[in-house]
Amino acid sequence: MPPGQYLTEDFPVLSAGPTPNIPLDRWEFVIASEDGREYRWTWDELLELPAEEPTVDIHCVTKWSKLETTWRGVSLDVLMEDVETTADFALAHSYGGYTTNLPLEDLLDGKAWIVYEFEGSELAPQHGGPARLLVPHLYFWKSAKWVRGIQLQEFDELGFWESVGYHDYGDPWREQRYQGD
Amino acid sequence: MSARIEWRVATLAEFRNETATARTLLLDVPGWPGHLAGQHVDVRLTDADGYSTQRSYSLGAPADGERVELTVQKVPGGEVSEYLTDVYSIGDPIELRGPVGGWFVWHPSRTAPVLLVAGGSGIVPLMAMVRARRQARSRAPFRLIYSVRSPADQYFSSELRRSAVDDSGLDVTTVYTRSAPPGATREPGRIGGADLERYGWPPQFEPTCFVCGPTGFVEKVANTLVGLGHDPRRIRTERFGPTGG
Ligand SMILES: Cc1cc2nc3c(=O)[nH]c(=O)nc-3n(C[C@H](O)[C@H](O)[C@H](O)COP(=O)(O)OP(=O)(O)OC[C@H]3O[C@@H](n4cnc5c(N)ncnc54)[C@H](O)[C@@H]3O)c2cc1C
Repeated sequence: MPPGQYLTEDFPVLSAGPTPNIPLDRWEFVIASEDGREYRWTWDELLELPAEEPTVDIHCVTKWSKLETTWRGVSLDVLMEDVETTADFALAHSYGGYTTNLPLEDLLDGKAWIVYEFEGSELAPQHGGPARLLVPHLYFWKSAKWVRGIQLQEFDELGFWESVGYHDYGDPWREQRYQGD
Repeated sequence: MSARIEWRVATLAEFRNETATARTLLLDVPGWPGHLAGQHVDVRLTDADGYSTQRSYSLGAPADGERVELTVQKVPGGEVSEYLTDVYSIGDPIELRGPVGGWFVWHPSRTAPVLLVAGGSGIVPLMAMVRARRQARSRAPFRLIYSVRSPADQYFSSELRRSAVDDSGLDVTTVYTRSAPPGATREPGRIGGADLERYGWPPQFEPTCFVCGPTGFVEKVANTLVGLGHDPRRIRTERFGPTGG
């Protein structure tokens, strides 16, 4: 277990506001490259992509960890396959306005997914459904709920929690909870 | 990059029992940098073998110099809350780091109407806002709706009764879920849209809404506020955990 974390069997919820309600027929996921090109998927198109079922440990900055959670979704490697970019950074955007920033390399090479199932059932809205980002090697706020897109950029732009005092990178093993850690 | 928020040693100066299962801790924290209403701290306990564990607790009042106030609800079987409410004694040290959180905060310079909705111990950061408002002599229109099981579960009872009278522009409504005091006009029951309409602000007033408490309570209240027409961007939430706490 990473330092300062404790184990939970529950699935606590951390969100800054209400849970958004997103109709699937209007849902879309967009990757925008630094030169303005956009790559779009509708809900049905997302479901048609090859899926993986990662089993991972998750660590929330509010101190709980949950081990061996199982998810189903699409690897970012698949979504990024045809995207041409030289960007180093990514800013994930969510329905409801939430954002979080990550180095692009933390989204690639089997480290991140867009997931739509949790423990064999469709992902509940309060846990980020219909689809959320899953980046389990970083604190869980980086796994943006209700994800709607990823903006690729050459500079690092702070996301929502990052701009109110949470750490820019958020590695649980180095206990990077707050700015300056 | 800003400076690291350091761990500091806090010692218990005084305590007050709020209910049979909740205790307010007044802690002296040398070097405390001050904080905003709504922020929290991380508390770290370490035992003789070096095992340590951390939890978050909201700051219940504006800082009084180097003294800060937390109120902890005892969760049955809870590792940290049972220690803080039953064992932790005057003069004992704990480690604390903060203030943390820059979103669930109210600044006394704001004048927009505010709706505070608390479930159980979720009153703690909202009480800090009520107290910060009073301290700053703010006239921002405030309404507090406080949901508790029964009169015996209410924190800060006498202060809230006084505030409801003395703090002009502050309305306080207590909603009882299991048993109401004699003479109450509202039947005991969970908070619903009718309560939020009646004791809150109309969405047209564009209040900033702060909702805090157990996760299920916050989910329900925030969704109901959205359903009543409040802009989700004006609803700020803090979820404490699974059921109570
Ligand atoms: C930002 C933030 C601010 C908080 N502020 C406060 C505060 O001001 N006052 C306060 O009393 N608490 C507050 N909490 C909750 C607090 O951090 C702990 O979760 C709580 O005290 C329980 O910890 P524990 O070690 O006693 O229980 P644990 O040993 O962690 O848990 C024991 C059992 O109780 C369950 N449990 C855990 N947390 C809760 C809970 N909140 N309610 C009911 N059951 C629970 C667990 O699932 C487990 O089964 C806050 C939490 C957050 C995230």
